[in-house]
Amino acid sequence: MSTETAAKTVDVKGQNCPMPVIKTKGAFDEVSVGETLEVVATDSGSLSDIKGWAESTAEADLLDQTETTEGGEDVYKHYIKKVE
Amino acid sequence: MSTDITAGSDADPSVDDLAELQARIEELEAELSEVRDEVENGPKKMVIIATKGTLDMAYPPLILASTAAAFGYDVTVFHTFWGLEILHERKSKNLKLSSVGNPNMPVPNAIAALPGMDRMTTRMMRNKIADNEVASIEELIDVSLESGVDLQACQMTIDLLGYDEDDFYDGVTTGVGAASAFQDMVEADIQLLV
Repeated sequence: MSTETAAKTVDVKGQNCPMPVIKTKGAFDEVSVGETLEVVATDSGSLSDIKGWAESTAEADLLDQTETTEGGEDVYKHYIKKVE
Repeated sequence: MSTDITAGSDADPSVDDLAELQARIEELEAELSEVRDEVENGPKKMVIIATKGTLDMAYPPLILASTAAAFGYDVTVFHTFWGLEILHERKSKNLKLSSVGNPNMPVPNAIAALPGMDRMTTRMMRNKIADNEVASIEELIDVSLESGVDLQACQMTIDLLGYDEDDFYDGVTTGVGAASAFQDMVEADIQLLV
């Protein structure tokens, strides 16, 4: 899915555990039902951490997780939709 | 009257009995769904007792507390003895690592016990923390308080160690003791001693 459809983006690049999940939760609280939050991280642990968080959070639906390289740095993007 | 309602005709329940039974069933069903709702949907609770004040031992309670809060848990961290240093605004910025008693340290204990070694290993650890972009203790305290974690400072050890309530970060709960920590633990889904 493309970034255009995300209602809000939270940039946690350069931040390590547990910050990506905590910032994700904070930003997710601010999106409305039906909207999608994009999380941009450089912490490789964010893949399993955010997946786990979304699985235990009833109102969160993890749509996609991508791995790309930007300027020689691994970047992990997460798309989470608020479903209720 | 017999409780066996399938028995002879003289034991047949009256209309009133049936109505009473029906009402009782409805009452119990309502109660059950309330309990079920609380168990399934009520906020979960975690309590951590933080007793250590070295740089390495300050991290686990704060990382777990802030993470559990992100998972929707009500979290209380009860800091006692050296755990108070984590909440002490000035001391928390200067927590140290012990170089003795840890076989994972790169130097043998006999050398690690020399003066200045704790300072050196602490500096090495701080550099590693910064290089790996790990949050500082202060940042973790901030995010924990922002996400509603109740950071508590044990009153008995505040007095014992000669601290003042103003020494602690704004938002830290003081004036609490073992009884309130215990009560929180009784109600909690997860209890940890760190």
